[in-house]
Amino acid sequence: MGRELKVSLAMLPVLAIVTGVIYPLVVTGIGRLVFPRAAAGSLIERDGRVVGSRLIGQPFDDPRYFWGRPSATGPIAYNAAASAGSNLGPTNPARIEAVRARVEALRAADPGQAAPIPIDLVTASGSGLDPDISPAAAAFQVPRVARSRGLDEDIVRQVVAAATRERDLGLLGEPRVNVLALNLALDERDAAKPAAGH
Amino acid sequence: MNANGVLQIALYLVVLTACSRMLGRPIARALDGERSWLTRALGPLERLVYRLAGADPAREMTWMEYALAFLLFNAAGTIALYALLRVQGFLPLNPDLLPGLSPHLAFNTATSFATNTNWQSYGGETTISALGAMLGLTVQNFVSAAAGIAVLLALVRGIVRRSAGTIGNFWADLVRGSLYVLLPLSLLLAVALVSQGVVQTLAGSLDVPLLQPAADAQGQPVVSQRLALGPVASQIAIKQLGTNGGGYYNVNSAHPFENPTPLSNFLELLAILLIPAALCFSFGHWVKEVRQGWALYAAMLVLLGLFLALAAWSEAQPNPGLAGLGVDEAAAAGNPGGNMEGKEVRFGIAGSATWAAATTAASNGSVNSMHDSFNPLGGLAAMTLMAPGEVAFGGVGSGLYGMLLFVIVTVFISGLMVGRTPEYLGKKIESYETKMAALGILVSPIAALVGTAVAVSTAAGAAGVANPGPHGFSEILYAFLSAANNNGSAFAGLSANAPFYDTALGLCMLFGRYFIVVPVLAIAGSLAAKKFVPPSTGTLPTHTPLFVTLLVGVVLIVGALNFVPAFALGPIVEQLQLVSAGH
Repeated sequence: MGRELKVSLAMLPVLAIVTGVIYPLVVTGIGRLVFPRAAAGSLIERDGRVVGSRLIGQPFDDPRYFWGRPSATGPIAYNAAASAGSNLGPTNPARIEAVRARVEALRAADPGQAAPIPIDLVTASGSGLDPDISPAAAAFQVPRVARSRGLDEDIVRQVVAAATRERDLGLLGEPRVNVLALNLALDERDAAKPAAGH
Repeated sequence: MNANGVLQIALYLVVLTACSRMLGRPIARALDGERSWLTRALGPLERLVYRLAGADPAREMTWMEYALAFLLFNAAGTIALYALLRVQGFLPLNPDLLPGLSPHLAFNTATSFATNTNWQSYGGETTISALGAMLGLTVQNFVSAAAGIAVLLALVRGIVRRSAGTIGNFWADLVRGSLYVLLPLSLLLAVALVSQGVVQTLAGSLDVPLLQPAADAQGQPVVSQRLALGPVASQIAIKQLGTNGGGYYNVNSAHPFENPTPLSNFLELLAILLIPAALCFSFGHWVKEVRQGWALYAAMLVLLGLFLALAAWSEAQPNPGLAGLGVDEAAAAGNPGGNMEGKEVRFGIAGSATWAAATTAASNGSVNSMHDSFNPLGGLAAMTLMAPGEVAFGGVGSGLYGMLLFVIVTVFISGLMVGRTPEYLGKKIESYETKMAALGILVSPIAALVGTAVAVSTAAGAAGVANPGPHGFSEILYAFLSAANNNGSAFAGLSANAPFYDTALGLCMLFGRYFIVVPVLAIAGSLAAKKFVPPSTGTLPTHTPLFVTLLVGVVLIVGALNFVPAFALGPIVEQLQLVSAGH
């Protein structure tokens, strides 16, 4: 027993150095050398200034912007320092109520839009930080965003199309629209060409 | 489920089979210490580890010595991790100045990682410092998985050796599993994940501006967002490959920094089952009969497939409670459809349901969607996969040795049917082995059901529940199933970071690990001592479809039937409620 105990006490720090120090540092080194942008959080820069991460959604409720998925993080939505899902069960009345409230908010923001609302736009994401919405959820919001910005719907649709990514390798996952990238592109478009005929 | 979803699931199973078939033999040879390019590259490191630790890898151990070394090493690891988590506030590499953990949370987390459970009572980015993640959690991710492989190796030696008194050397098995299997695969996967956007940095948090400033509950403006960064990819790679599952972030692999793209999702998903599946083929190599490995693989694949199909179908269903709200829940091009509460758009239904099945089939326990928000039958699929002790691939090493316990019970039952002494691969299975196998199989259900019973009948247990009605019961049942089977996933609405749950679940994890490992090693010792019995006409062949069917039947009847009354009170009642809500 004494011998195995001694080996146990020595083996732990030795393996800790290999797997807990050398291994993560090697990965950090390779990441910094080969994929520096990805390793640092896929940050989006404009004019040398960081304006967000491509991977982390931001909260939007201005009708001029596309809205992302509902977020269950606390104390505020899209709190990237404390990811969380709602964990509401399928029969929980609070979940049905939450969906009802989101439906009402979306309807109130665009009373003319009669289409059914895509499910991802009224359900909280798993992380509370989902950067994407489905193409259907983007299409649903196009009339509202176009009207609020005084743009032709077709132009907004083109910007949406540019921010849409198909399934990885044509097969994996779901098609998706990055909300922050989309809203940044809209703002840049407006800044470049001051909208006429407001 | 649309055609693309079915295709994604089929692709996953095909790639898993191909990769694990390919890796089975090289893994077996590396663990045997045979020479290869890998041992030439890492051999000096292996020998240095033995020298520094004072271990003699050639010294053969009896099963009791082996068990003692296993337990001592686990005890040392648990205590060291407990201490590290308690004092992390005073240590370096803590850029966000996180304090030490409370005693009950540190106990729970240390137990959780040392037993390869990785139940996340801790909150990830808000709780564990970068040093704690690297030197604490990542280390246990490696060694707890390698220890699982070691126990499997010991059992295999018991089967293969004839009239032998020893079952190998624990230190050699532990070090080879860590260095030759887990480390190279983790390094590859970690770099692949970084390429997809999984962060890997020693810097702390970063504040970025919000494009549209928000307001908090008090109406105060919020103009920036704090991004939690850290050495994530290195931890995620091993947490997937080592069937650990403890994430860097609170929401685990649902977090975009932990799992940013459908491709990273596919790789992480593959990593969950890769080594447990490959070990089936390693087994075939060790017993010198490849078809024995295929038979075990087939039984596991059938079990996974059954419940993966149930989960995928269930999650594609609309919620009857939302009828009449004008919500589009039908899957179409550009609309994931189905139950998207707690799921990420980039993964959709197929990517989330496949993960839920794989992570509970293995003892992984990582999640990429919130199981608590699954439809009742989706949650039931996850619970049923955990219930027999996670033997559909299961944990690294532990899944296969768990399945071999069921094999022993199956040949025993078959032997009773035809009135002959049961045998497996030339070894007689007698009352000692059968009793030990029964003990190993029954410990987890007892721990899970007793734990659930205690929790629902005490105020401290009921206090943690988040959802009303039968779903609240499901949250408790899921927690104890997860802990007793060393899974680690959760119906995460349950407030588990409280003295009652941290302690009760910690104890279940200890039972679920060590009360299986010790009987398995006892069986290994007993089998090793036996003589080889050549197969006769009366021997039940264990590679046939008939045997695979019997084995699947025994797993479901012995393993899962224990839980039917409990399932009836939770997910089954909730499903009936859900269906009736639509009328």
